[in-house]
Amino acid sequence: MESLYILIPLSVALIGGVLWLLWWSVGSGQFDDLEGPGHRVLMDDDRPVPAPPPDDLR
Amino acid sequence: MTDLNSCYHCGLPVPAGERLAVRIGGALRPMCCRGCQAVAQAIADAGMEAYYTQRTALPGGRAEPVPDLAELAVYDSPALQAGFLDAPPADGDGAPCEVNLMLEGVTCAACLWLNERHLAAQPGVLAVEVNFSIHRAKVRWDPARTQLSRLLRAVAAIGYRAHPFDARRRDALMQRERRTALWRFLVAGLSSMQVMMYAVPVYLATEGDMTAGDENLIRWASLALTLPAIFYSSAHFFRNAVRDLRLRRLGMDVPVALGIAVAFAASVWATVAGTGEVYFDSVTMFVFLLLGGRYLELRVRQRATDAVDRLSAVVPAVAERLPEWPASRRAEAVAVASLAVGDVLSVAPGAVVPADGVVVEGDSAADESLLTGESLPVPKAAGATVTGGSINLQSPLLLRVTRIGAETTVQAIVRLLDRAMSEKPRGVMDADRVAGRFVALVLVAAALTVAAWLWLEPARAVWVAVSVLVVTCPCALALATPAALTAATTRLARQGVLVTRGHALETLARVTDVVFDKTGTLTRGRLRLLQVLPHAGVAAADCHRLAAALEQGSRHPVALALLAGADAAGGPLPLAEARHLTGRGVEGSAGGLVLRLGAADWLADGWCAAPVPSDLPAGGAGRVVVHLASRQSWLASFVMEDELRPDAAAAVEALQAAGCRVHLLSGDQASAVDAVADRLGIVERVARASPASKLEYVQHIQGRPGPDRGHPRCVLMVGDGVNDAPVLAAADVSLAVASASDVAGASADGLLLSGRLIDIALALQRARMTQRIIRQNLVWAMLYNAAAIPLAAAGLVSPWLAGLGMAGSSLLVVGNALRLSR
Repeated sequence: MESLYILIPLSVALIGGVLWLLWWSVGSGQFDDLEGPGHRVLMDDDRPVPAPPPDDLR
Repeated sequence: MTDLNSCYHCGLPVPAGERLAVRIGGALRPMCCRGCQAVAQAIADAGMEAYYTQRTALPGGRAEPVPDLAELAVYDSPALQAGFLDAPPADGDGAPCEVNLMLEGVTCAACLWLNERHLAAQPGVLAVEVNFSIHRAKVRWDPARTQLSRLLRAVAAIGYRAHPFDARRRDALMQRERRTALWRFLVAGLSSMQVMMYAVPVYLATEGDMTAGDENLIRWASLALTLPAIFYSSAHFFRNAVRDLRLRRLGMDVPVALGIAVAFAASVWATVAGTGEVYFDSVTMFVFLLLGGRYLELRVRQRATDAVDRLSAVVPAVAERLPEWPASRRAEAVAVASLAVGDVLSVAPGAVVPADGVVVEGDSAADESLLTGESLPVPKAAGATVTGGSINLQSPLLLRVTRIGAETTVQAIVRLLDRAMSEKPRGVMDADRVAGRFVALVLVAAALTVAAWLWLEPARAVWVAVSVLVVTCPCALALATPAALTAATTRLARQGVLVTRGHALETLARVTDVVFDKTGTLTRGRLRLLQVLPHAGVAAADCHRLAAALEQGSRHPVALALLAGADAAGGPLPLAEARHLTGRGVEGSAGGLVLRLGAADWLADGWCAAPVPSDLPAGGAGRVVVHLASRQSWLASFVMEDELRPDAAAAVEALQAAGCRVHLLSGDQASAVDAVADRLGIVERVARASPASKLEYVQHIQGRPGPDRGHPRCVLMVGDGVNDAPVLAAADVSLAVASASDVAGASADGLLLSGRLIDIALALQRARMTQRIIRQNLVWAMLYNAAAIPLAAAGLVSPWLAGLGMAGSSLLVVGNALRLSR
């Protein structure tokens, strides 16, 4: 059972790490829009976007 | 979508003889008009054809013509930009600008993707961020390489409209609130998971499995992980509780804070002293569950306030001013914010009036339905007052500004709305009051227990008292109401009824009277052609085609009704010319004939040589009749009617079956109101009601005693226009038909997103069921507590059993509430 003396403090530290990750992801707005990323994966984004034709600003 | 008769872009039928097409996905696709063609071409050119395969909803209508760059250039003026730019351009330092755009015309996720890709491809754009849930884009660009006007035009080129708006205050606040709530919830969730992890082996261990050192270690680790859940996640519970106590009342947060504080303090003491029980797992779990409910509640509320922002978008940001009128008609585009009283403005047909004013020149009609609820156009000639936010329908108007900014009617309505919303909370306190008494009871019981045990067996006193507080930890009581409300709210939202205020469900269950505002709620607010009556032996279809030809391009309701059915008759004939005369009709030539379409007396008035036919149908009673004649003969009469919503009759019947009295209040003529009320079987009706008299009527109903011993009658108001706002706020509870005008939603307690009136009856039924379940939950919580407190006070409930009882009781309450979401 001596392993507990390593494992339990380790788990506390791990939770600290996870909390930091969550704090970062909430702060960077990853939870603000829960629909968009799901759709973006499905859309055909791979092709390079051609430059808009020069007469676009006509 | 391979249908050759409907437009590949917007899905509307392609007019006969139209030969427009765009090559998309390797095939030529039919287009219904030049607008759609231009938009589809822009989309295809930009390589974003995937939009057509990914979209799940068609655009709302035909694409509008792309506005001129010069027209949008006013958005580049620094004075105007100061109003909404996050980072206004400083002189030549090249720092990027940032703007928030509200996207209009979005119908599905593919639209947003399209906007995002298209904006990102514009030269000079540094970053685009589109939020899919609230239809907004944040764009950053390099002012040296492009201007805001070009970005707005780029959005218009693919068939959408973008409105810049000031997101700095409200949005930033809401975002911070949302992030904080989510972060609190996540912290509590992680803590509770890990603490539970530590707690399970301790519960399962038999005597001798674990040394005192092991257990001590686990306790200290649990303590460490509970700290964030207490001092960060629950901080606002403590703050609210302290505030409640200062105001000398016992709110819901008092028992919550007390339960958390005592259980935590006792556990810390047990950990430090090395004796007794710890409750870290119960505490963190409790905090986690509570915060989860509150986060969901916050999300629903915030989505609702979004509607308020849209109200300010009603009035355009740009106006056309004639600075030298009447000497010259030179027009200049200026920001509405910089207008002054006395300025003369020109308003083009189809444009929104930018400020309140008086007409100085022109003869037209305005659609004021958004502001007054009046569904038919109001004639506007010189001297008439025009309200900002109404739409000029027929011909250009010149008007002198009388009121600007905060003085305008729209702003006054917004202020009324704000006040009504801030004054509203009432009747929600019942549960809190009961809980308050309950808390007082528990506190007394705990104190008595401590006193008794100090006298009997001092060593156990503190632990028995904690047992009492934990076993009665007001979990079940605190969860009973919110869990049921959340479940019912999400269920209703799935059905298309968005409840935006906390008290709405509670009040809906008590409703005894349902008051409808006619325009746009029971009817669609648009005319439908009932009948074509030909007079001189001419074919009805030919007359219809002639009439449609005259009305082509007009936005008058009569024109829309005639045009809507014209395709079935063979499509409008080619039009030579047409002149609209307000209040009378339209004169023009088509099919080789000089024609008039309009009121009978205008046609007969020495213009048409033939005598007036004796069998002319009459208007009135919600019916509109127009006649078509040439100089030689009367050709046909067209009978039109304001169209009822398809489920209006079923909804009224369902409401009456549910025991509600149905009323109809309307600003329309008595004949029109009677026609609708008779068809739906509504007895109580008021015609020509002004906002003030509507308010009085509602208050009059509220003053009368209801069927339920001593309770006054409870009014549900169903409306749609902005002018309803004060009445909606005065009613006990209100619903807005959001498809009619999104704006009214800002003031209502709920939105009928589905546009189906029958959902009102379903919402009522669901609300009553919710109240039943809340009552069951509260009764259970009371019974459980009544049984558990004496047992715990007698020292018969060991702390783990107390924790189990509390958790089980909460689960039961939540489970019962979840029945509502089925």
